[in-house]
Amino acid sequence: MYVAVKGGERAIENAHAWLAEERRGDLSIDSLTVPQIREQLSLAVNRVMAEGSLFDPDLAALAIKQARGDLIEAIFLIRAYRTTLPRFGSSAPIETGKMACDRRISATFKDLPGGQVLGPTFDYTHRLLDFKLAADGEVPEGPTAPATGADVPHVTEFLNQEGLIEDALPDDTTPRDLTREPLELPADRSVRLQALARADEGFTLSMAYSTQRGYARNHAFVGELRIGTVPVEMEIPELGFSIEIGEIAVTECETVNQFKGSKTEPPQFTRGYGLVFGQTERKAISMALVDRALRWEELGEDFEGAPAQDAEFVLYHADNIQATGFLEHIKLPHYVDFQSELELVRKLRREATARTQQEAAE
Amino acid sequence: MNDMSDPVAPRKSWMGLLAKAKPGSVSTYLDARFKRPDFAWLRPPEIGSVMVQGRTGGTGSPFNLGEMTVTRCTLKLATGEVGFAYIQGRSKPCAEAAALVDAMMQTEMAEDIRTHVLAPLQADAAAAKKIRAEKAAATKVDFFTMVRGED
Amino acid sequence: METATLTGGFASPPIDAARAFRAIMEAMARPGTLHDLDGCTPPAPLAPATGAVILTLCDADTPIYLAGNVDCPDVRDWIAFHTGAPLTGPEHCMFAFGTWGDLMPLNRFPAGCAEYPDRSSTLVAQSEKLCPEGATLTGPGIQTQAQLSVPDPHLLQANHAQYPLGVDFIFTCGTQIAALPRSTEVN
Repeated sequence: MYVAVKGGERAIENAHAWLAEERRGDLSIDSLTVPQIREQLSLAVNRVMAEGSLFDPDLAALAIKQARGDLIEAIFLIRAYRTTLPRFGSSAPIETGKMACDRRISATFKDLPGGQVLGPTFDYTHRLLDFKLAADGEVPEGPTAPATGADVPHVTEFLNQEGLIEDALPDDTTPRDLTREPLELPADRSVRLQALARADEGFTLSMAYSTQRGYARNHAFVGELRIGTVPVEMEIPELGFSIEIGEIAVTECETVNQFKGSKTEPPQFTRGYGLVFGQTERKAISMALVDRALRWEELGEDFEGAPAQDAEFVLYHADNIQATGFLEHIKLPHYVDFQSELELVRKLRREATARTQQEAAE
Repeated sequence: MNDMSDPVAPRKSWMGLLAKAKPGSVSTYLDARFKRPDFAWLRPPEIGSVMVQGRTGGTGSPFNLGEMTVTRCTLKLATGEVGFAYIQGRSKPCAEAAALVDAMMQTEMAEDIRTHVLAPLQADAAAAKKIRAEKAAATKVDFFTMVRGED
Repeated sequence: METATLTGGFASPPIDAARAFRAIMEAMARPGTLHDLDGCTPPAPLAPATGAVILTLCDADTPIYLAGNVDCPDVRDWIAFHTGAPLTGPEHCMFAFGTWGDLMPLNRFPAGCAEYPDRSSTLVAQSEKLCPEGATLTGPGIQTQAQLSVPDPHLLQANHAQYPLGVDFIFTCGTQIAALPRSTEVN
């Protein structure tokens, strides 16, 4: 139940003013600039773009600054801004096979065309705090080596040539759009992928981890993980042809999973797919694992009651803005609800006391 | 994309180059050599979004990945040529410069624009791409066999 | 694309569209009332009021069906530049434009479903004549009753009978509009 009450305006205004001051922190320390956040906290920026579902590094950096580094709050700001933008249209699907790769690795094939390219990864660091950074030293430029400039083929293509992996054939269906229509179940794979691409990284990671620990029994290999930039092309109605309207950084992960086969399909490998804005590889791998777990029905596998197989559970709890909105609203005034609860408990207590006294008297 | 039999291929190519240019660079190259011609807006610059699609499995059915910010505008030179811009990001001045270049490429200034605006933009883009590709190439793994045994 | 199709939009889109939206909303909220609607000069055969409805309500997310002779290159190009709305057939459209005769039959347009009655079409019929006389209208938004020069009252009755499903109508004539939502009873 809700009752409108007035009051608290001055308290709210003052709270906002203090919030702004606390955000700024000690005035004797330089203020962070948006370009500094964009360039030096780029992985936070990437996460805000991915889960805010809007590719714009400057906006994401501004949101992080405004949110005092609270990434979910920053994502909330981006989602809110996003709704104010007129939609000019949809791009053509990006061609990740034409990606200019910064990183491209495969856990399934050691030697493959294009090679294992590590890129700017944390993987082989020793996870020791680097106190030189505290002293703010300049870093030397990374070494270079001659590059071929050729397109890097997808690893799953090699399996496909042998017919050992399920096809992923192109079509031109118009995918449903979660930002335009509410989620409905059963959700097809395009809707699930959109939901997962903007899902909370922590939630997606935990769901993916649960599949590795045996909840949904799907042993995945990272067929390929690639990070890099791809052009975005869109058909311009007034021109009558398509042009490239920009270039975005994405992370793509394809997992391959063993599949025993079904009545209609021979034993082969099946695919899980992750595609996320920016350099966001933990999220992309998680997405691929969860995508694969959610495919049990279309592949004719058993439902084992695992959370990661349950589309309703995953899709309705993956969005951190929905979740935080509902979760945090319970701290807002519920005076009337609670008053009625209070009355009820007092009444029950009176009745219980009366009953005890009566029993004692008898 | 560079299919020469396609009559719109050159325009597609320069519009794409303008869309992906580093913020401010189109204006810089344009203003360094040219006086901006008079024009009227047919559509003043507006900021909006485009839904970016991906493909399931990289090659399959499309799905909606998320949006990106885009600024677009349309203008008409006093001499009648119409220039369009659809560029990544939220810069109205950059969209204006891109639409001007698109319009000027349809005038007799085309060759000059190509030499002094498009060529340097192309060179910048190629250089930026090359340096990243070379840094990536330096992190490519060379496997070598330590021991190969029969038992 | 001809330059003519790149002009004729709202001079000041935010203000003109807000004003037009108000007029369309008032017309829909008070069925049978006439409202002025202009501010744009669309290509023939679109009337200014029809053009203003397109500029105000249509965008890349609203598939449009053009019926009869409004389906011509000038109109298509004008809509593409100013709204980006995709063109489609009557079965999948959110908005349809044309004369009453060209829009017939009504049963080919989406009328919504029980879960989402709003997933239906709005039909914008451009007429020669629009005045407050003719069929009697009653229902939500009408204090007692209203009159409007609507065509084929029996078809409008049949549409109302499907309520909450059905299509909604906007009638345009020159620089005027009136509307007839599915909730209105027509006699």
